[in-house]
Amino acid sequence: MEELLNELKEKFSSVIIEIQEKDYPTLICKRSGFLDLMKYLKEEKGFKYLIDLCGVDYLDYKYKNFEERFEVVYHLYNLDTKILLRLKVRIPEKDCWQYSVTPLWETANWFERECYDMFGINFKGHPNLKRILMPDDWEGHPLRKDYPVYLEEEQEWKTYKELKEKVKQQS
Amino acid sequence: MGIEKETIEIAPGIRQIPGTPVVLSPIDKIINWARAGSMWPVTFGLACCAIEMMATGASHFDLDRYGIIFRATPRQADVLIVAGTVTKKMAPIVRRVYDQMPEPKYVIAMGSCACSGGIFKTYSVAQGADEFLPVDIYIPGCPPRPEALLFGLLNLQQKIKSEAKKWGFWR
Repeated sequence: MEELLNELKEKFSSVIIEIQEKDYPTLICKRSGFLDLMKYLKEEKGFKYLIDLCGVDYLDYKYKNFEERFEVVYHLYNLDTKILLRLKVRIPEKDCWQYSVTPLWETANWFERECYDMFGINFKGHPNLKRILMPDDWEGHPLRKDYPVYLEEEQEWKTYKELKEKVKQQS
Repeated sequence: MGIEKETIEIAPGIRQIPGTPVVLSPIDKIINWARAGSMWPVTFGLACCAIEMMATGASHFDLDRYGIIFRATPRQADVLIVAGTVTKKMAPIVRRVYDQMPEPKYVIAMGSCACSGGIFKTYSVAQGADEFLPVDIYIPGCPPRPEALLFGLLNLQQKIKSEAKKWGFWR
């Protein structure tokens, strides 16, 4: 474990900002050069299993010590050595995109679609980036912290509004 | 002269001509008896309530003894049991299933979610199936016990039995 982290630190010193020792080793990474790191981890270090990929919105988070609003979190697992790595990439609100890892792990396809659906983070290089949970014509990204929990009448989803009006006319 | 004199009452509202197999009854009574005795619900399980609905249909509670037999297609069904949380994305599909059912048709909203949205006062959940369906019976509970669903179905039977002139194309 130590060996691996030291090697990564040396080899990707321009990508890795910080290594945190938590329940699992956590690498805070920069966006540029991130794909090289992921490719290296998969092909040379045997992290063949992408457990999870998700987004985080840090809007108004009290203990935040960085500037960017979003974060994309990756969990990688090595099935042979049983090592779990956590990688975090911070995404600014204005320039809201991240590289897609779908060419490396097929699993990432739906994870990234979900992340796009819920947070509005665009994944560059994704083969089919469209909404996965919400309907295609939905407006906004629900898991953002500034998204309302309950939609008032004027914010209502258009298709549902039409359905209600249609039913009202029929009865 | 008169029906009262020539016949005897063998059940409330049903009279027989003595010594013959001829029975006199309002047609409402016969039609309602037939309808109430064979309510075929279409299975529309959306969430955890569906498990309870299945339990009600299984041997321990046994809906079959009331002539209630689950149908997998709306074309053969009389009752739509909306069992579970109706999301806005699902609402047009529920409505479509309802529209495909032949008349006469009834709707049971099973569970808090289908009655009012329940705990889910959120952007994605319809606040009750009655926003787009004419609901006849509401069954509260989260989820309702099978006895509660049975009680609801028996109440619907009572409602059907008290209907009048709901037959024929003139209605």
